Amino acid sequence: MQQNIFLKALSNPLALAGFVIILLVFLLAMLAPLIAPYDPEFFNVKEILLPPSISHWMGTDGLGRDVLSRMLYGARISLLVGLVAVGISTAIGIILGAIAGYYRGWVDTFIMRLVDVMLSIPSFFLILAVIAFLTPSIINIMIVIGLTSWMGVTRLVRAEFLSLADREFVLASRTLGAKDFRLIFTHLLPNSLTPIIVSSVLGVASAVLLESGLSFLGLGVQAPQASWGNILTDGKEYIQFAWWLSLFPGMAILLTVLGYNLLGEGLRDALDPRSNARK
Amino acid sequence: MINYLIKRVLWMIPLLIGISLISFFIMHLAPGDITNNEAAFNPKASEESRQKLRELYNLDKPVIVQYGLWLKRMVTLDFGNSFASHRKPVFWQTTDKDGNITKGMIQEALPITLLINVLGLIITLTLAIPLGIIAAQKYMGWQDKSITLFNFIGFSIPGFWLSLLLMYWLGVVNDWFPISGIHSLNYDSLSTFGKMKDLLSHLFLPVVIPSVTGLAGITLFVKNGMLDVLQQDYITTARAKGLSEHKVVYTHALRNALLPLITIIGLSIPGLIGGSVIAETIFAIPGMGKLFFDAVTSRDFPVVMGILTIGSALTLIGNLVADLAYAWADPRVRRGVVRE
Repeated sequence: MQQNIFLKALSNPLALAGFVIILLVFLLAMLAPLIAPYDPEFFNVKEILLPPSISHWMGTDGLGRDVLSRMLYGARISLLVGLVAVGISTAIGIILGAIAGYYRGWVDTFIMRLVDVMLSIPSFFLILAVIAFLTPSIINIMIVIGLTSWMGVTRLVRAEFLSLADREFVLASRTLGAKDFRLIFTHLLPNSLTPIIVSSVLGVASAVLLESGLSFLGLGVQAPQASWGNILTDGKEYIQFAWWLSLFPGMAILLTVLGYNLLGEGLRDALDPRSNARK
Repeated sequence: MINYLIKRVLWMIPLLIGISLISFFIMHLAPGDITNNEAAFNPKASEESRQKLRELYNLDKPVIVQYGLWLKRMVTLDFGNSFASHRKPVFWQTTDKDGNITKGMIQEALPITLLINVLGLIITLTLAIPLGIIAAQKYMGWQDKSITLFNFIGFSIPGFWLSLLLMYWLGVVNDWFPISGIHSLNYDSLSTFGKMKDLLSHLFLPVVIPSVTGLAGITLFVKNGMLDVLQQDYITTARAKGLSEHKVVYTHALRNALLPLITIIGLSIPGLIGGSVIAETIFAIPGMGKLFFDAVTSRDFPVVMGILTIGSALTLIGNLVADLAYAWADPRVRRGVVRE
């Protein structure tokens, strides 16, 4: 069933474009050590702020580092942070959503109130405060983004569980004496999986945006390690002399996030019978 | 309606307690004694003043007592004084014994952020509602497809990158708009009209950029709402009795399609407040976002705690107002036919 939906989504040209973009970014990120023309952290004082040329396709930054090489290594950071952060938030969301939707009662009330509380704190403030009070590092960013973005998945999983619980195959299995554990993991969860995947793909898009924003503010990935966000910090500093420092990383973020959004929405359309009926 | 209001307000109490617990927990996340930070900013900080600070936060008492006493101060809106900025009061102005008034930091910053967000929201809505209607009317036509493409880009573009590009193009290359602060240097010498113009030209970029990125979501929402409503039976009836398509769309469908927008605007408040950090930092706007960022980087705990609490309280109030406005605007809820 999942494979069908994936294939159906890819027959939509926008979703296919998104898939291809993500595939390309992954490929470039994986091959970074092989194809990067320079060491991304090697600075050459004789080549400061050079515009794009044959020897430096995307120019050099304020310390004479090759921007293309930094962009390629930066892609690894963006993808890694996006995937791990969403992995964490999805795991939390599934666990809490499953508990709330399966056991109901006061546990459900408690978890859903927790969701409401988390949703009423401006999340960017929360993330900034936590990251600044701990120390900014890639691991902390992934954990903090994950810990502040599980609410959507929790609501989704809970809603799926509530609607599946009264379906005949679940009742049948329960009548045959299936234990909670078996019901949750062999019946309820697998049948909730597709909407979870859709929301995760869209979640990666916002995690990539968040990471780049944090790195841009200097509270994300720390120099000398390259990330698209912290190349843009340089871009802001040299905005009057070096447009290439602002243009390329921003384009890369836009394209990657666009890729995830196109794929995610494509999958959602393929899933949602209502949107099919309209076509 | 009154019952609904009371229920709705009571429901906020557990949320406020949850928010206060999380805010309190965050302050204790920082490693070490928070008085060290105070000492680092003030070379004159003596053991005596550090002791005072420990007393202020009751750091010598058990955690649960600390929380209780802190909560008591929060309830009376006493957020204390800033560590870093000359001990200014965090929330509201205070008068010292000589009658000098010191303005509170949030008191000064909040109106600026609210002004920017309200102006931004007005721009977003005036553009998004017509765009959404067009997309729904020409569903799957080229107009709808271009609006959809625009929406995808709007969802995906990093706001701070757009800010940098526009800042470069409109502020640096062409010098059409000022790119930093909210007043010119000669602000005090301007006439009232000149002051307005000066303020608006400074606010132009910080207002327009978030409204462009926020446009995508609202447009999509209006479009989907319109598509749903246009499939309803009463629309078919309206068409069947021979009303013009214009009348069907604008008098029968639009009202119902726009109703849920009230909820969406209420729900977008935390995002708007949080999103102000990057825009205000880039354009050096002295609002809540910049205040929060500066407080976080200088580890100014009272300011961080104050803004977290006030920001969350604003969100709750915003949601409450949105719910009440919805109940008021929807006759089905108003007359108690449908609950919530």
